[in-house]
Amino acid sequence: MFDLVSFIPRAVVQSVPLLLGCTGETISEKSGSLNLGIPGVMYVGAISGVIASFFYEQSCGGHVNPAVAIILPLLACLLGSLLMGLLFCFLTVTLRVNQNVVGLAMTTFGVGFGNFFGGSLIKLTDSDVPSIALSATSECFSKGLPFANDLGWFGKIFLSYGFMTYVAIAIALVTAYILKKTRTGLHIRAVGENPATADAAGINITKYKYLSVCIGCMIAGLGGLYYVMDYASGVWSNDAFGDRGWLAIALVIFTLWRPNIAIFGSLLFAALYILYLFVPTGGSMAVKELYKMLPYVVTIIVLVVTGMRNKRENQPPEALGLPYFREDR
Amino acid sequence: MDKNKEPLIHITKRSDMPQKQAWLIRLFAIVAALIVCAIVTTLTTGLDPISVFSEMLDGNFGSERKVWILGKELAILLCVSLGLTPAFKMKFWNLGGEGQVLIGALVTAAIMLYLGETLPNPLLILVMFIGAVGAGAIWAAIPAFFKAKWNTNETLFTLMMNYVAIQLVAFFVIIWEVPKGSGKVGVINQTSMAGWLPDIGGQKYLLIILMVAVVTVLMHIYLKYSKHGYEISVVGESMNTARYVGIKTGKVIVRTLLVSGAICGLAGWMMVAGSDHTITTTLAGGRGFLGIMVAWLAQFSPVGMIATSFLLAFMARGASEISTAFQLNHSFGDILTGILLFFIIGCEFFINYKVHFRKKEGGIEHV
Repeated sequence: MFDLVSFIPRAVVQSVPLLLGCTGETISEKSGSLNLGIPGVMYVGAISGVIASFFYEQSCGGHVNPAVAIILPLLACLLGSLLMGLLFCFLTVTLRVNQNVVGLAMTTFGVGFGNFFGGSLIKLTDSDVPSIALSATSECFSKGLPFANDLGWFGKIFLSYGFMTYVAIAIALVTAYILKKTRTGLHIRAVGENPATADAAGINITKYKYLSVCIGCMIAGLGGLYYVMDYASGVWSNDAFGDRGWLAIALVIFTLWRPNIAIFGSLLFAALYILYLFVPTGGSMAVKELYKMLPYVVTIIVLVVTGMRNKRENQPPEALGLPYFREDR
Repeated sequence: MDKNKEPLIHITKRSDMPQKQAWLIRLFAIVAALIVCAIVTTLTTGLDPISVFSEMLDGNFGSERKVWILGKELAILLCVSLGLTPAFKMKFWNLGGEGQVLIGALVTAAIMLYLGETLPNPLLILVMFIGAVGAGAIWAAIPAFFKAKWNTNETLFTLMMNYVAIQLVAFFVIIWEVPKGSGKVGVINQTSMAGWLPDIGGQKYLLIILMVAVVTVLMHIYLKYSKHGYEISVVGESMNTARYVGIKTGKVIVRTLLVSGAICGLAGWMMVAGSDHTITTTLAGGRGFLGIMVAWLAQFSPVGMIATSFLLAFMARGASEISTAFQLNHSFGDILTGILLFFIIGCEFFINYKVHFRKKEGGIEHV
């Protein structure tokens, strides 16, 4: 029998990094920047948080103050992702280099950065711990509501998660609102659709591009942090984050650039991602590998279908991926 | 503040920079990148940068065997980027090099395993070749078909095809694994060496290197002197112009991607038949993405790509040597490669644009 009560919580914890990554990338794409560096940004965000809390746990010897244990890695993560965002903006907006190339280089760099420090942090600091296991910090991050367990299946499905899960959903909703209903959102969309027109209307293209890409990167970085601190219980292992960054980018298209839809989209993706653990395959490991193909195949199908239906409101931002140079008419 | 003041920095486009000056700027960027790499190395690891760089040189040129390995790595990376080039020239973002290489490798391995006993070696190698090239071509043509027909976003389609290919390989790795439960295929046909590319002059990798050299020349001719190459440039410059002059854009897109994927499949064939003799999900090892850098940095010139793929292969080999020698994590190389890429990418700005600073009292100073 398919065990929904244990399946849904697992899908939810899988979905949070995807949701954060997707929300961040959506903001960035709405302003016309196709940031393929998101997988790298998520690694950098994660490792920045890990480094901060590693030093904190080392210095206080196990007795952590919950507030500091949460705020310190959070700030480090935001700072690390912000720096990556600034790098992307400097190269693509100020220096007007091709976004795809910069993004791919950032992914190479970011994944390398994460794996290097994750793999050699202990050696570099001459600590005597066997591996990076930030269990004390992780406990603060993944603490669910105290009464969740008393409420049976309801508590398990809705209330058993760490605070970042709810933060992620809130960020997605707020982003959707800002993009759709506020003047700032209108300006961001104008820049992404037609920068020349936006420029003529007096919108500062550079400012909005920097703003959206940097905020986007910071949100995506949180996804990486959530993965290590909550999902992986504070244990860093190299390449464990895997290809979730790319899935987050795919999710942007899947959800038609709408962060509110992304809440359900990421849940669906996450469900497909872990379906192989729950589907009876008659003990065959090989078939499970085929099940892991599902999220990618579904993305391809969505990509093709939205392309075919050609509805105007479902299309990517018009100027996505193009650098803007005012004198280039 | 005076709103009508001339901005401090003003940039204009330029297209007139002589090749020599452009290469000088790139060289300068590489040197600057190496200096930053040295600083980063010292800061993070406390090692002396000179010894790190000499170790890097040693890792690439230290012995005859190391030079051959560098040659092989260069050749395979160059082959992948040659495959990607026609697609990019057409402004078709083929991020699926990884998958196309893997699928070529998968078919090669399958034929080695299932037909290795029955066919004579030259015929076997030929069948493997055809299989790999065909598989790569088909893998690339699928997104191309949808792009041509319904204008589906190719960047993400090709990217997703990578993961479909990876999972397909993962599936077959488990089916073929030796011994059962190990999760590895191991060296295929270790005793019979059926389907292994022959050594030339006692050198294992010479054949691969020569083949890639031939592909480089052919690609140069194809892009520069053939009608197909001309059509690719026109479609890349402007779809509308292409349609106006009567080029069937859909046909050109699918045809170009068939070529593109075929060469990537060829790279997969070389890796399985010529160097690794096994298949893993990480066989392509990021070459599909690195190949994009190689092609882009060389401005899609096959000859220039020899230089850029040398640079990246050198960095990768050198970095792996550093990590072994100084017992660092292997990802250190990715950090250094990333820094190098940022600098080379950034320097294109100074080749394509001119920067003017505002002079103290009006007028424009040229830099």
